[in-house]
Amino acid sequence: MPSPLLQMRGLHLKFDLFEGRSHVLNGVDLSIKKGERVAIVGESGCGKSTAIRAILGLLRGRNVHLSGSILFGGNELIDNKSRKLWGDIRGRRISMIFQDPTAALNPVFTVKDQMTNVIIRGGKVRSRKAALNIARDALKRVAIADPDRILNTYPFQLSGGLAQRVMITMALINRPELVLADEPGSALDVTVQEQTLHLMSDLTQEDGAAVLIITHNLGVVREFAQRVYVMYAGSIVEEAGVEELFNNPAHPYTRALIDAVPKLTGGDLPKTIEGVVPDYTNPPTGCRFHTRCSFAQDACREDQHMTDLGHGHRVACVLHNNINRLSVK
Amino acid sequence: MPLTKYFFNRIWASIFVLFGVSVLIFLIARAIPGDPARMALGPRASTEMVEQLRERLHLNDSIPVQYYHFLRGVTEGDLGMSLYTKRPVVQDLAEYFPATFELVFFAGLIMVIVGIPLGILSARHQDRLTDNVARIIALLGVVTPTFVWAIFFMLIFAYVFDILPVMGRLGETVEPPPHITGMYVFDSILAGQWHTCKDALLHMIMPAAALALSGLGQAARLTRTNMLESFGRPYTEMARAYNFTEVQTSMKYALRPAMIPTLTILGLDFAVMLGNAFLVEEVFAWGGLAQYCVSAIFYKDLNGIVGTVLVISMFFLLVNMVIDLVVAYLNPRIRLG
Repeated sequence: MPSPLLQMRGLHLKFDLFEGRSHVLNGVDLSIKKGERVAIVGESGCGKSTAIRAILGLLRGRNVHLSGSILFGGNELIDNKSRKLWGDIRGRRISMIFQDPTAALNPVFTVKDQMTNVIIRGGKVRSRKAALNIARDALKRVAIADPDRILNTYPFQLSGGLAQRVMITMALINRPELVLADEPGSALDVTVQEQTLHLMSDLTQEDGAAVLIITHNLGVVREFAQRVYVMYAGSIVEEAGVEELFNNPAHPYTRALIDAVPKLTGGDLPKTIEGVVPDYTNPPTGCRFHTRCSFAQDACREDQHMTDLGHGHRVACVLHNNINRLSVK
Repeated sequence: MPLTKYFFNRIWASIFVLFGVSVLIFLIARAIPGDPARMALGPRASTEMVEQLRERLHLNDSIPVQYYHFLRGVTEGDLGMSLYTKRPVVQDLAEYFPATFELVFFAGLIMVIVGIPLGILSARHQDRLTDNVARIIALLGVVTPTFVWAIFFMLIFAYVFDILPVMGRLGETVEPPPHITGMYVFDSILAGQWHTCKDALLHMIMPAAALALSGLGQAARLTRTNMLESFGRPYTEMARAYNFTEVQTSMKYALRPAMIPTLTILGLDFAVMLGNAFLVEEVFAWGGLAQYCVSAIFYKDLNGIVGTVLVISMFFLLVNMVIDLVVAYLNPRIRLG
């Protein structure tokens, strides 16, 4: 079996806050193979965005304590201070698509300025003119008919959809091996979000780039991803292929998420998950979901380990560990 | 082009502002107690002479009629005679304003070229030693009155260490440069008199620094806040995700958006600086507009007061227009919106 493109092992993240030490990521394990499309799904505030920011070393500040391991192409990224390595990785081998394109593009520079800088950063060309040619071609690729007009505008002059396409173009322009997508298009309306997803899917497949997409939208997961990680309060609670996950959700949290999706066919209102994501400065012990879980039992207060259910389906829940498995129906 | 139209509108609006200011100061000046004619002629002048002067100055007419005479003069470029210097006010302003302008210009320069980098430094080293030191400097600048700085500088650099000249615009032995703009530093450069230029600059250091400090502190604090705001935005994170250098990220992608609100407020700081210039000029015996205006007020020199206020308002409007031009250049939403 070839080694994965990216492998995250036991990632722990703690923030020192005024209220105390906040334990945001509690041992995240995940891996992505070359060209694979993987989703992380979970409620807002469960650490998804933080986890992918850790990959690019974007968590800065003296109050940040990151431990564990993130291997990418054989290099350890945690606490790596090598400028050469980051220069090779950020924007070249790994790039990122941000949630709100109109906020992520700089408001006071033209699209041309921002795009050509990214292209030159990619290192394939040096002159601004050559970069501009690449930018024009790349914009045509995302069905922008008049690239020169777009290049000379400022982000605020673009519609959300156009800005999103510009950002996707920028993310893919240096042919990265891995694209991190942080809830792409969720700040835009549904149809634009749909377009964004299709575009991203088509382009990354053409380029053979792997994608790690973060979302709270299970529709997006089903449509886009091949494999899914379900994340709750800073830990992965379940991982499975996309079909398997929707057909046989194993973790109560996953089931609750699926039940919370509104149905177009009407009927009962979707079931909400009672309670909120816990306070990270004083999280529940053991399975962090047990305070909201209708199957909670005493054993939930102890740390849970991933149980392999076969076919790459793994879950961290007492209901499925080998001892209890038989007793639950 | 929208920008041209924008500025045409601004100039048009400025004319109305100046008109409003002139009405206001015209009324206020006349509310100061005392008879200007009597004060100008002295206690020994006969009642007839005073009456004659009042007649000549239209002081016996109603205020609207007086204002009409004033406006007629303005259209001919005449602001009337000063009762204090006994010369045309326009001539007085041409003599005194360049001195004040020069002082405020250098103070503004110090405010911008020290204050803004200090703020950037602070923001880039948030909550570390550099930031704390910079913040203390900025805070001291903001809270300490300008005249205190002026006296403090004088004590340290002129009395204790004696490395800078105490007061005035030039040393007593130095011949003023030929009158071109009325500003000694620029005139001496234009005339190629380097020795005079150096002396003028040495005289400039303390007053300009004292005058700059409160604006400088303000500039540093504003820059810091707006830079931090910029650092927290997704566009800065995106610049980092593309591994732009730290310098490119902060000096280009974070700084420019941060400068937009900062500069707008710095324009207002200029107004404060013009007010403070009066105090600094008094302390350093600068011989600028301040001393002229203060004397004009004591002598109830109506034309002198109105003239000074109009020139200062005009200057203030002009500075703000320049600031707006820079902001419009930086902010495409104004330029194109």
